[in-house]
Amino acid sequence: MTDLTELGVAAIRDGVAKGDFTAVEVAEAFNANVAAAQDALNAFIVATPDAAIEAAKAIDAKRAAGEALGKMGGVPIGMKDLFATVGVQTTAASHILEGFKPEYESTVSQKLWDAGAGMLGKLNLDQFAMGSSNETSYFGNVISPWRRNDGGNAALAPGGSSGGSSAAVSARLCPAATGTDTGGSIRQPAAFTGITGIKPTYGRCSRWGIVAFASSLDQAGPMARDVTDCAIMLETMAGFDPKDSTSLDMPVPEWTVNLSADMKGKKVGIPREYRMDGMDEDVAKSWDDGIAWLKDAGAEIVEISLPHTKYALPAYYIVAPAEASSNLARYDGVRYGLRDLPDGANLQDMYAATRAAGFGAEVKRRILIGTYVLSAGFYDAYYTQAQKVRTLISHDFKNAFTECDVILAPTAPSAAFALGENVDDPLKMYLNDVFAVPASLAGLPAMSVPAGLNREGLPLGLQIIGKPFDEQGVLNAGLAIEQRAGFTAKPDKWW
Amino acid sequence: MSVDTATVAKIASLARIKVSEGELEAMVPELNGILAWVEQLGEVDVTGIEPMTAVIPNTLRLRDDVIDADPLTGGGKRDAVLANAPAAEHGFFGVPKVIE
Repeated sequence: MTDLTELGVAAIRDGVAKGDFTAVEVAEAFNANVAAAQDALNAFIVATPDAAIEAAKAIDAKRAAGEALGKMGGVPIGMKDLFATVGVQTTAASHILEGFKPEYESTVSQKLWDAGAGMLGKLNLDQFAMGSSNETSYFGNVISPWRRNDGGNAALAPGGSSGGSSAAVSARLCPAATGTDTGGSIRQPAAFTGITGIKPTYGRCSRWGIVAFASSLDQAGPMARDVTDCAIMLETMAGFDPKDSTSLDMPVPEWTVNLSADMKGKKVGIPREYRMDGMDEDVAKSWDDGIAWLKDAGAEIVEISLPHTKYALPAYYIVAPAEASSNLARYDGVRYGLRDLPDGANLQDMYAATRAAGFGAEVKRRILIGTYVLSAGFYDAYYTQAQKVRTLISHDFKNAFTECDVILAPTAPSAAFALGENVDDPLKMYLNDVFAVPASLAGLPAMSVPAGLNREGLPLGLQIIGKPFDEQGVLNAGLAIEQRAGFTAKPDKWW
Repeated sequence: MSVDTATVAKIASLARIKVSEGELEAMVPELNGILAWVEQLGEVDVTGIEPMTAVIPNTLRLRDDVIDADPLTGGGKRDAVLANAPAAEHGFFGVPKVIE
C-alpha cells in the first residue's frame, strides 16, 4: 500500500471518497508520524490523536451511509496553536496562556471541522506569533526537518511564526496545517521548508477566535504541499463572519475550479526596489528562474517600482507592536491564564508580576515598543507617521497594479538559518520579513511556492503578490511556477 | 529620540510589566537600537497623506439590536466565562483587595 503520509489534501480526500483507503487509516498513519517526530522536531505543543481518529470515524461512517464527505472530508490537519479550540489547550506558545482551554471554537477551525477535516494537534509557533524562527515559544524551539548538505547537523529554523506548521507539513506529520500571517508568518516558514502557503486578502478569513497579535494585519491561511491543496483549504477557511468586524462580506470564489497555469495576457511585475544590494546569489537566481517560468507560461514581464519599500519594515515595527501592546493588555491574571500573586501584592502588583512571569523576552520587547510609540508626546512622531507611510506603501501597490496583474519577488532574503544565529540581534531577525511585510501592510493576498534548492540543499521560495481579492490570480501564477519548478525535494528523514 | 533607564522604567510601568534593574539595563540599548532604526520614517515626505485607518475599505456594520441574536456571543454564559479564571469565587472573578 502507498504511504498515506506522502499524500496531500486532494489525494487523501479523493482516496477516502473512492474507498481506496479509510479516513481512520489516514489518521492513524499521520498520528504515528506525529508521535515519532515529536522529540526531535517539537512541532506540536499538544497532539490530539484521539480527536483525529474520532473525526475520521465520523467520515468513514458518513461514507458508509452514502452522505457527502465535505471539501476536506477525511483530511487530518495540524492547527496552529493560535486558534481557539474547544476543550483543547490554546496557548499562543506562551506561559501566560498555559492551561487555557477555550470554551469556544474559532470560526476558521470550525469551518475546517464542518468540511470534514480532523485535528492531529496544536502546532508550536513563535510566542504570540512574534518571531521569524520559532525561537520565542515558551514550549521550546521547533527544529526544521531540513539540514544543510554540508554533512553538519546544525539545527535549522523552520521559519516563523508558523514554524510548527511548516515543519510538520514538510516532515509529513500532516498533509496541511493552518497558519497565520501578520508580517510574513505563513510565507517565510513555507519558503524555509519547501512547502506552499497563502495569506489571503485581509478580511477573507475570520479573525474570531484567533489569539490577536496586530489586528489590522493578522490573517489566517493554509500551508500545504502544493497550490491546489492550498486552494481547497482556503475555500474552506474563508468566508464572511459577522463576529469579526473586518470580515469581508463577499462570496468565497471557487478558486480550485478556476485554477489555471495559463498566464497568457497576464502581466507580471518585477519590483525594482526588491533587488537589493548584496542580495544572496541563489535567491537572485531563483527569482530569475521564476521570471523565466512565468514568461514560459505566457506572461509578459514588466519592471515596476514600489518606491517606499525600504520603509515598510520600520513602519511595520511601529504599527504591529502598537497594536500588540493594546491587544495583549487583556492578559492580566484575572480572567484566564496565569496569575502571579506575590505575598502582600495589590492588584497593580499582581498585573505586573503576572505579565513579567507570563510573557517572553520578545513579547515584552514589542509591548514596550508599542507602549512607547503610543504614549503621550510620541504618538504623532511614531504611530501617526507610520500609518501615513503605510498609506504610501498601499498607494505604491495600487499604482503598480495599473501596470501588472501580479507581482513576483523572493519570499525571504535567504534560506533557513541555523537556530541561535539571529536571536541576539532583533533587527537582524526582523530583516527576514523585508519582502513579506509590504504586502501585509497593504492587506494584499500573497503566497510562497517552492522554487528550488540553494547551494546548501535548502529550499527557497518565490512570492506572488496580488491585487486585493484576487487570490485567483495569485494561485494561478503559483501553479504556473509549481508546474515548471518541478520541486519534489523533501527532507531526508533523520528524526 | 532615545530612551534612558528612567523612561524604560516608566514605559514598563505603563505596560504593567515588572522589570528588574538588570533587565532594565539590558533593555535600554535594545530599545534604542530599534527606535534608532524606525527613526528613518521621519525622512519620508508625508505632506497631505492621511494615516491609514482601514487596509481594505470596509464599512463597519451594526448588528441588529436583538438579545442573544448569536447565542455564542450572547448572555447566560457565566460559568463558561469563569471556567478559565485563576480565581473564580461566588460567580465572580476574584482579585486582591483593592479598597481598604
